[in-house]
Parts: sequence; structure tokens; C-alpha cells
Amino acid sequence: MTVQLTTRLMQGDEACAEGALAAGCRFFAGYPITPATEIAEILARRLPQVGGRFIQMEDEIASIAAAIGASVGGTKAMTATSGPGFSLMQENIGYAAMAEIPCVIVDVQRLGPSTGRPTSPAQGDVMQARWGTHGDHPIIALSPSSVRETFDLTVQAFNFAEQYHTPVILLMDEVIGHMRERVELPDPATIKRVERAGTTVPPEWYKPYENFPADVPPLVPFGEGYRYHITGLHHDERGYPTERPDEVQPWLERIFRKIERSLSDILLYDQDGIEDAETLVIAYGATTRSARHAVELARERGRKVGFLKLKTIWPFAEEVVEHAAERLHHVVVPEMNLGQLVLEVERVVGRHKVRRVNRADGEMIQPAEILAAIEEWEWVK
Amino acid sequence: MGKMSKQPHESRLHERYLRHSKKFPNVWCAGCGIGIVLGVIIRAVDGLQLDKDDVALLSGIGCTGRMPVYVDFNTMHTTHGRALAFATGLKMVRPEMKVIVVMGDGDALAIGGNHFIHAARRNIGLTAIVVNNATYGMTGGQYSPTTPLGALATTAPYGHIEQPFPIAELAVAAGAPFVACSTVYHVQELEKYITQAITREGFAVVEAVSYCHTTLGRLNHWGTAPDMMRHLKEQSITLKQAEGMSDEAKRGKIVRGVFVDRDIPEYTQLYDQIIERAQREPALSLPKGAA
Repeated sequence: MTVQLTTRLMQGDEACAEGALAAGCRFFAGYPITPATEIAEILARRLPQVGGRFIQMEDEIASIAAAIGASVGGTKAMTATSGPGFSLMQENIGYAAMAEIPCVIVDVQRLGPSTGRPTSPAQGDVMQARWGTHGDHPIIALSPSSVRETFDLTVQAFNFAEQYHTPVILLMDEVIGHMRERVELPDPATIKRVERAGTTVPPEWYKPYENFPADVPPLVPFGEGYRYHITGLHHDERGYPTERPDEVQPWLERIFRKIERSLSDILLYDQDGIEDAETLVIAYGATTRSARHAVELARERGRKVGFLKLKTIWPFAEEVVEHAAERLHHVVVPEMNLGQLVLEVERVVGRHKVRRVNRADGEMIQPAEILAAIEEWEWVK
Repeated sequence: MGKMSKQPHESRLHERYLRHSKKFPNVWCAGCGIGIVLGVIIRAVDGLQLDKDDVALLSGIGCTGRMPVYVDFNTMHTTHGRALAFATGLKMVRPEMKVIVVMGDGDALAIGGNHFIHAARRNIGLTAIVVNNATYGMTGGQYSPTTPLGALATTAPYGHIEQPFPIAELAVAAGAPFVACSTVYHVQELEKYITQAITREGFAVVEAVSYCHTTLGRLNHWGTAPDMMRHLKEQSITLKQAEGMSDEAKRGKIVRGVFVDRDIPEYTQLYDQIIERAQREPALSLPKGAA
């Protein structure tokens, strides 16, 4: 097979849909909402072409529920929405975390709160992605900054979901979702796809929530001879409800451990110029594009500026940030919100080192605004 | 003779269908009808000789939500009101499975009301069993969408002022192809309806009336569990008996029977045709003859 790159003019939402198909997604349930609707429209057309199934549900609560149900049936499943729908999905995202069901939830962020501004970009759902559900559980959230990266990170989201048996959130934003770019898509044969591990033990020995191997439960799809119980109640190794303190908290610690022990695999980021930098810019999502430009402008002016682009935003790359910021005087964090991921940066490096650049008016942050924040520190110094 | 030969087999059903690894007793109060519904589901599945691997039993939250854990099927205890939506996803990717969903009245019709009417309208091949206890039993007796007008509930301490949902009529109006209602007193009738529902290809609804004696019964002085079972016997009428009765005469009566049994194309089967078509022709092309 020859390696062929397909060059296309493609929208971010389309790249998400195509990335899902490339990852092996064969079920999508969704509900119309700007600026994520295109993902549903494209998959309504594309999924049956590849033997998959699409359904438009009655609301976002039903959409995430159907995606989880399909995943329990052994099919890679996704839903896509924006802020208002993402809020509605939270309870069932918690269910997927609790029951350890792989699924991908796309949130193409728009300006909130409430109905907000549907066609304006924002990064206001960062903390909701982490803490939107009740109770403690880990989550993986990825945030792309270009159309091609949307394709790649959608594939990655499915791989993480299947690898770690967890819901994975793809935090896009209106700019990335609606933007069109020239992209070269990889040859489908070269794309790495993770398939659910399942089990090797016979049904009579099978325990669906056994801590083995590597803290990831060996869940087998329904209908394949392994009859077991799934519940959102705290449960034991067999999946049966338990109220025993010596079963509840160790279980909770395990679902954190299964993510924490694989941070080197899960934390995706790009960095450059950090070695001799005096100032560090940390950005994610669409804001990365302005930040990158600002860093280049600052460097042209002779300033030593390092750049850290986070593709995985949850779990937060605290050791990476800590290490990168250790020798630095200043850290600039631009975000299209009034300060969310910056709280994590401040926690890790200390508030005194951090300069926030925020916009929550439905407009992109301009490179000049970030440049000004970089240069402002020159005065302080 | 038939009954005699059935007896030894029936006595072994618990061995075949209940989970030996699950800690018993169950969570339900003594005298509760939910266990009767569970027994009926097991006998229906056994009577149809379904393979346990091919049966999924899903539930939402509440007393009825606790049913699946005891049974040796593929079982899933989902979130409050959402069981039908979870089941829709499962049925879409495993259309060959018999997917049975058990819900309480609050679960199916209050928090899950939207999913209930849309699953019926969509006609996806699920068996939806609504155990109607007319209250929120697990949380202690608050009024539900089927609590009778005038009844007392912990959240209606001065009497209930809302109309109850007629579940079967709602399901018929929403488009379900099979809708039946019986009670936990009429066990054989209930088994017949649930058996029929499982064999139907579309969205089949069976309402099983089983009033909660622990909460609603106690608050309203309706007597003990046997008293309330007697009420189901005496205050229920068949559809045939209900014909020609005035609304006044029917008030407070439970109407039993098959409300509708009609052929409507099932959703996953229609979707199979979509897959076939999508692989053959471009999308958004109108069928021949369409305007």
C-alpha cells in the first residue's frame, strides 16, 4: 500500500468527524447546537457509509447516555455539543467515569454562561471539563489548536478512552470548529488505533472490575458471553453495589491511579525555546495561535521567550509546567475566559510569577495583547 | 397435567436466572410487587427460551432500578430517568439483543418523560416495563406523575392537586406499537403481556401497577400489603369492561388489557436500510417521486 496524503480544505468540525471515523468510531448520538452541529451533520452522512450508526437524540442528556450504551455494546462511540449541552451531559459523564465506560465527548466551546454568544469563541468550559460532575474522578481533556490537530487529537481521544476505560473530553472552541485550513490527512493505514483489551479468562472466573492489569478493568462488551453488572453506585470487583469503606475508597484511588501511572503517555504538549528563556508563555486551543505569534514578535525584539503549548489540559501537566517555569521570572497565560487554567499554573509556580491575559467578550486574544504582557515584565524587572 | 409438568421446572428458575454471586436478600420491602415483576420477566424470558447472553436488562434509579443486579443477564443500572437513552445506544449497536428496560413511574415519566415519549415515537426495539407504584418509594413517598389526585404524599401533605398520567394512553399517543397494562395481582396476565412485548420488534410498553404499601399506602391508610393487593384485584377492570363506562365511573379504576398492537417499522431495521442506501447512493438525494 502506498502512503498517500489527502490534501483538503477542511473545517475543524469536519476534521473532528473524520478523525472519529479514522479512530474507528462507529456510533454517534447528538443534538443540534452551535457551533458543534456540523459534527453531527457530517457523521449523519458519513457513519452509515462505513457501516456505522448515527442518531439524533431528544436532548444532550440522552445523547451522552446513548453513546455510553453503544460503548457498552462494544462500539467506539462519541457525542458532540457546546457549553449548554455540555452542562446537561455532566451527570452521565460522571456515570461513564464511575462505570469506566470508554466514550468521547466533544465540546466546541462558545461564550457563556447560559446561552451566551453561540457563534463566538471562548475557553470557558475548562474547569467544567475537570469539575463539572459531582464527586471525585479523574478525566482526560484534550484541546486542539488547528484543524489538523483536531483530527489527530480526536483519534487520540478515542485511543485514550479505550486504553484507560474512561470518558475523554475534546475541548475545541468556536474558532477551531468553524475555521477552514488546508490539511494533509494521514494515510488511514498509518493511524494508530487502540482497541479495547477485553479479557482472557473464561466467563465463570471473570470479574469486570478487577484491578488487573495496570488498574484498568477488563470490561467485555455486552452480548459476548460475559454477563455482568454495570452500575453508577459504588461497586465491588464484580460490579455489585457496595457500601464497604474498605472497597469504596480503594476503588476511587484506583481510577485515579490508572490515569496517574500513565501520565507520560497521556500528557501531550509542545515546547520550544524554554532552555534559555526568561519569560514563558503557556497556551492551549485557539489562543495558541495568537500566543505563538506574540512569542515570535517578542523574540524578534531580542527577548528570550519560551513557549509551552498544552494539548492535554486535564490532567494538568504540573510537573512539565513546574520544570519549565523553575528558572523563569515570568509566566504569561492567555485564555479566552476570565482565568481558568491559569489557576493551575498559579498553583504550581506561584501567583507572583504569573501574568494573566484574559478576554471573555467573544473575540480572539490578539498577539499584541500577549506581547504587551510579555513586555510588561521588563518594567517589573 | 401441563401445570404439573411445569412445576419442577419453575422451581429451578431461580437457580438458572438469579445471580449466585450476588448478596441476598434484595432491597425491596416485604410485600412489594417489584419482585413479582422480576419473577414475571424471568418466566417470560424462560418461556421464550432466550439465550441469557442475548438479553440485556437495564434500569434507571429508584426501587425498580435495583432489579437488574439480581439477574444473570447483561445488566446495567443507569442514571435516573435515562435508562431508555442508554438502551437506545446499546440496541443501535446490538440490534440482535433483546433489550428490556425496567423503570418506575417517576423514572419513566417525570425525569425520563422526554426519553419515554421519544423512544415510543422513534419506535426503537426495546421492551419498556413501567412498574407503577404511584410514588417515589426509595426516597420515602413523594408524589410522582401517577400519584392519584387527592392522595397524600410527603410532598403533598394537604392532598395532591395534579392529574396523574395515564401511562398506557400516553404511550399509545406517543406512537408505541404495543402497549399493555396489568397489575402484580394478575401475574399470569402480566406474564402474557411481557412475553408479547418481548417478542414484538418495536417499542413495546407494559405497565405493571404495583402500589407502594410502605409509603403511599401507609400515608393514605390504604391498609397492609395484602389489602392493597386486594385493591388491585377489586379496583381493576378490563379494557372491555371499561368500554362504554363514563369517565366518572372509571375514576380510580385500573384499566387492564392490550391498548394497542400494531405494525410500525422498527428503528434499527430502518437504520439497516439507511446503511445499505448510504453505501449505494449519495446522501440528501430525495427518493423517486418525492417533491
